Amino acid sequence: MSLEPAFVARPHTGLAGVVQSIAKYVKILKVSLVERMAYRGDFLLGTVLRFLPMISSIFLWKAVYEGAQVDSLSGYSYSQVIAYLLLVHISRMFSSMPGLAAGVARDIRDGNLKRYLIQPLDLMAYLLSYRMAHKIAYIATSALPYIGLFGLCWGYFDTIPSFQVFLLWLLSLVLAFFLGFFFELTLGMLGFWMLEISSFLYLVNTLNFFISGHLFPIDLVEPSWLASLFKMLPFQFLAYFPAAVFLGKVPPEQVLPMIGLQLFWIVVFWATARVLWRFGLKRYSAFGG
Amino acid sequence: MSALIQVQNLCRTYKVQEKSPGFLSSVRSLWARKYKTVEAVKNVTFSIEPGEFVGFLGPNGAGKTTTLKMLSGLIYPSSGTATVLGFVPWEREDPFRRSFSLVMGQKNQLWWDLPAADSFELHREVYSLEKTAFKKTLGELTELFGVERLAKQPVRELSLGERMKMELIASLLHQPKVLLLDEPTIGLDVVAQVAIQKCLRDYNEQHGATIMLTSHYMKDVEALCARVLVIAQGELIHDGTLASLAGRFGREKILRLHFEGTAPPSWIGELGEATIEGPVVQMRLDRSVVASAVSRVVAHGRLIDLLVQDPPLEEVITRLYAEGAIQSAAASSKEEAP
Repeated sequence: MSLEPAFVARPHTGLAGVVQSIAKYVKILKVSLVERMAYRGDFLLGTVLRFLPMISSIFLWKAVYEGAQVDSLSGYSYSQVIAYLLLVHISRMFSSMPGLAAGVARDIRDGNLKRYLIQPLDLMAYLLSYRMAHKIAYIATSALPYIGLFGLCWGYFDTIPSFQVFLLWLLSLVLAFFLGFFFELTLGMLGFWMLEISSFLYLVNTLNFFISGHLFPIDLVEPSWLASLFKMLPFQFLAYFPAAVFLGKVPPEQVLPMIGLQLFWIVVFWATARVLWRFGLKRYSAFGG
Repeated sequence: MSALIQVQNLCRTYKVQEKSPGFLSSVRSLWARKYKTVEAVKNVTFSIEPGEFVGFLGPNGAGKTTTLKMLSGLIYPSSGTATVLGFVPWEREDPFRRSFSLVMGQKNQLWWDLPAADSFELHREVYSLEKTAFKKTLGELTELFGVERLAKQPVRELSLGERMKMELIASLLHQPKVLLLDEPTIGLDVVAQVAIQKCLRDYNEQHGATIMLTSHYMKDVEALCARVLVIAQGELIHDGTLASLAGRFGREKILRLHFEGTAPPSWIGELGEATIEGPVVQMRLDRSVVASAVSRVVAHGRLIDLLVQDPPLEEVITRLYAEGAIQSAAASSKEEAP
C-alpha cells in the first residue's frame, strides 16, 4: 500500500535479495571482527587466566584417584579425566556465549531493541554474525596459547584420534556453537516478560555447569539412568559430547545419531527463540518501549 | 491521502503499575498489583506535507515521544490510524524501514570503539546501498556537517556535538524521506546546537526531506520550524506557525525605553509596572495599551532608544502548557461526574 513507488528504495527480491542479505551479515561479521580485535590483549590474558583453575583440577583428581586406589572410574583413567577437562575447555570455547542472554534482556529493557524494528535488520541474524565474529577473534587469538598448553599436557592423551573422529569432533564443536547461541538467545527472550533475568540465568548456568559435563564426565554420574538422561538433554552437547567424541568415549555407531540429536536441539531452540521473539515483540509494542 | 504523514484520532493508553512508596506497600505489591491506565496520547489528528519542517513541543511526559514511537512503528496505538509515506508504521514493512529514520538524542547507535566510518560502512550494508551512490551521499553529508576529518577517529574520542553529527549522518545515509528527531540537541552547548540546527536546515532544504523534531530548546524550534504542534497532557493544543502561537497566547508586549540623562521621568510608573535601572526602563504592557503608552513616551521626547518586543517564546510556551493542563484537568473532571 505504498503511496508512490518512487518514494522508497526497494530492496532486491528473490535470489539477488538473499545474496544481498547474506552480504549484509557478512559485513556485520567483518566490522564486529575489527571491533573485537581491539580487545586482543584482553583475550590473551583471559585465555591464560582461564587455565589457572585447571591446575587445581589436576591436583584434585590426582588426589581422588590416589585416595580411591583405583585405576579407572566409570572407564576413565586419571589421565583421561585430565584430557577430558582440557577438551571441555575447547568445547566451551565454542559453546559459551558470555553476556548474550543478559545483553538481549538488557536491550529489551532499555529500549535498544528499537534498532531492529526501525532498520532493515534482523536481531537474530545480527547477533549471530556478531557472535561468530566474536568466536573467530577469540579462537584466533587463543589458538597459540592453546596449542602450547596441549603440547605441555600431551602426556595425558593416551590415544590419538583417527582423522575421521577428528572431523566429527570439529563438526560437533561447530554445532555446539550454534546450540549455545540459540539456547542463550532463548533465555534472553525471557526479558520480554521478566524485568530482571540475572538470578534466573545464574540458576541455569549453575545447573548447566553440572549437567553439561563441565565439571566432570557425565559417565561418572550415578545412578546410570541419570547419566543416560543427561545424555539426551541439550546441555551435554555444550561441553561433554565433543570431548567424549575426541576421547572415543562415544561408541562409533552412536556418534552420528547423537549429532542428529544435537541438530534436533539446535532446531528446537532456534524455533523457540523465534516464537518468543515474535510474541515478545507484540507485547513490547503493546506495552511501550 | 496526499499528505506525507497523516494522523487521525490517534490514541495511546499505557497500563502502569501503581505503587505507593514505602517498604510495606512494596511488600504488598508483590502479590497484589494495582494498575492504572494513563492516556499518553489522546485523539491526536494532524497531517504533514512533503518537505515540511515541523516542531513538536510539549512538556515532559506530554506524549511527544510516544507519538514519534507510533509514527516509527515501535509501538501500536490503542486506537486511531496513522500513515507515513503511505505505510502503516507499526506493520514495519521493509520498504518503510528503508525510507525513514528515527534519531533519539539520548541513544546512540554508533559503535563506541570504532571510527564512525566503520559504522557508516555497516549502515551501507544494512540498508543495501549501492557503493558509488553511498560514497557520494557520505561525501556530501560529511561536507555539509563539516566533519570530514573526524570519521576516522573512534567515536568515544569525539565530543558530544561531533558525536551527534555522526549519529545524524548515519541516519541520513539511506536518504530517508522522513526524519523523526527526538531531542537531537539535548546536552549540547549553544555552539554545537547552532551547528546541528544549520545542518538540519540545509539538509531539509537540499533534499526536501520531511522532518519532525521535538526539542526542549525553544531556540531549535525558532530556528528551524515554520510550523509547530504543541501537545500537552496527550492532547494537541496548537497547530500553526510559531508567530500565531505567540499571537494566540501572548497577550503582553515588552516595552524597553532608554531615556536621556540619569533617570526616567517620574510619571513613568503610571503606564504600568516598571523595572527601572538608571535611565533604562522595562515594562510589560497589555497589547491594547501599548500604542497609547508609546505615543505618550514619544511626546515626552528625551528618548534615546525604544523597543517593543514579544515576550520570550519560552514564556509563551510555559503558559500554554499550564493552560493546556488546566483545560484537560477540567475536561477529565467533567468526564468523571455522573
